[in-house]
Amino acid sequence: MTVSTNQARVLPAGLPRLTIPQLQKLAAKLRIDILDMIYEPQSGHPGSSLSCIDLLVNIWFHYMVWDPANADWKERDRFIMSKGHGAPAYYATLMEAGYIPWSEKNTLRKIHSNLQGHPASRYIQGCDISTGSLGQGLSCGVGMALGLRLDHIDSRVIVLMGDGECQEGNVWEAVLSAAHHKVSRVTAIVDRNHLQIDGDTEKVKALGQMAPKFAAFDWNVIEIDGHDFAQIQDALAQADRFAEETDRPTAIIANTVKGKGVSFMENQAGWHGKAPNKEQYEVARAELTAAYDALS
Amino acid sequence: MTAINLEKPELKALRNQYGETLAALGAENPNIVVLDADLACSTQTQKFADKFPERFFNQGISEQDLINTAAGLSTAGKIPFCSTFALFAAGKGWDQIRNTVCYSGLNVKICPTHSGLSLGEDGASHQSIEDIALMRVIPGMTVIVPSDAVETDRVIRWAAEYYGPVYVRLVRPNCPVIHDDASYQLDAAMPHRIRIERGGDDITLVATGETVYHALLAAERLHKDHGIQVEVLNCLFIKPFDSETLAKSARKTGKVITVESHQVMGGLAGVVCEELSTHQPTPVRRLGTQDRFGQSGTGDALFKEYGIDWEAIYNEAVCWLKS
Ligand SMILES: Cc1ncc(C[n+]2csc(CCOP(=O)(O)OP(=O)(O)O)c2C)c(N)n1
Repeated sequence: MTVSTNQARVLPAGLPRLTIPQLQKLAAKLRIDILDMIYEPQSGHPGSSLSCIDLLVNIWFHYMVWDPANADWKERDRFIMSKGHGAPAYYATLMEAGYIPWSEKNTLRKIHSNLQGHPASRYIQGCDISTGSLGQGLSCGVGMALGLRLDHIDSRVIVLMGDGECQEGNVWEAVLSAAHHKVSRVTAIVDRNHLQIDGDTEKVKALGQMAPKFAAFDWNVIEIDGHDFAQIQDALAQADRFAEETDRPTAIIANTVKGKGVSFMENQAGWHGKAPNKEQYEVARAELTAAYDALS
Repeated sequence: MTAINLEKPELKALRNQYGETLAALGAENPNIVVLDADLACSTQTQKFADKFPERFFNQGISEQDLINTAAGLSTAGKIPFCSTFALFAAGKGWDQIRNTVCYSGLNVKICPTHSGLSLGEDGASHQSIEDIALMRVIPGMTVIVPSDAVETDRVIRWAAEYYGPVYVRLVRPNCPVIHDDASYQLDAAMPHRIRIERGGDDITLVATGETVYHALLAAERLHKDHGIQVEVLNCLFIKPFDSETLAKSARKTGKVITVESHQVMGGLAGVVCEELSTHQPTPVRRLGTQDRFGQSGTGDALFKEYGIDWEAIYNEAVCWLKS
């Protein structure tokens, strides 16, 4: 397990710390859940969700400290799903974590559901901030960290962003703020899949080398393969070490594949926010199930 | 009836009062934090910053970041007050206010200090004449427009106690103090109750913010010159809105004039017409900016040019009653 200052905080009884093979199996299972969740209402964002689910399982089931039985626990680590359209991946994670009952799985995007198209804090336990309008999560995370710091609480604040999302000016306002206020407990993770709605991020509005950009704003930066579990875990551990050793926030540029796990969705901008039809669903589900079964 | 000398009132800037009240509240409540966007001297949040530097965050010229950082602070149990010019808070920060603060139901207080035409010389780029409209359409947002320093103090204290998003629209210049500091209280059960500043049967003047003073002055002179009995309503709260008091007055007088330092569409006139159409259909004449941008000039000159000073109100009332 990661050595971190958070060990000083009491871990809730029974909180799982999964091993990498367990996490891989879990991610494979949640991929199927994501597909099912989007197929049911024929609406949602498969490409965006499959892109970040490996990051989410590592963040939630290996790294962060939280307790669904005590959702408002002040010392818990915080997570902001700034790329709110990845809601299916976020909801699948929160169902697995016990914040949302699995019985709600088939209600995504349907009338009167808690599982709104984009995460709404008023319906989702453990979710502090509603997201969906891109570019806002990082500022919120910095504010959270400032508030916690005033109370001498050392919780981590993790913000997951899309790469296209980083075209929003508010992101860079927050990048400046975080460095200025020295909120070293904030970790921004960029799901760098190189695709946004209209295609390649570099064609729509180039983000270029993201690591040097964050570094130039006085952030610590780590660049990883966002589907390599060991690399994700090392990066998160490194963010903790940085938080102890420096007064800078940390950015993790996680290189990912949009639509990861479904052959015909991978690296296809068209699968950003489109539900599969019956045949496509069956092919995708068969692929994801085979991948799940292949894991021990 | 106010016992204030309308002809020679005491003056105090609402923003000065805002800064003083914040500084006082900071000592009373350790959870209060204040944010600004490089205007702490203009908005007077500097008064808080001087006393509680660790609880003051200057976000620089980044209004969207200002709002969302406040949102984040509120999730950690803080009570953030954030300030800048009204146009930049309500305009640049609108999506942040709607999607993050209000949709999440967060306890964020947005208190911009340079609203309306009285901002003056900076001109139209800085004069927010749309912010009431922008804020009141957001579900769950409370919109407050104090008319003087006394009301400013009371509503800032109220906002600190109330849990939820609040927009308090303040103005830059020195304003007549029209309420008695010693006795003025908000109605605890119904803080949004419209204040009947002056009773009368002939015509209802509905004002908000700085224009309440002008309405009172016009009412005084209409009475003196023509014996016209004017009822002056002070809408401190634009939302929630006290339609009962308004309807009652309209039923009595049958004539309503609204006045505001804001566009008539969507602002006070908008609320008044919406409410009367349901509760007490009454003809309404609307004084405010009429689909025009502002311009540079002194606040007084602009109030005259855009027809929202006491003289414009006076003329409108005489015209209507004589016709
Ligand atoms: C402010 C804002 N503008 C536009 C959108 C519409 N939108 C939803 S997802 C998306 C693309 C996001 O791309 P990226 O951040 O790269 O996320 P990915 O799905 O690739 O992980 C856009 C433009 C939005 N939700 N918010």
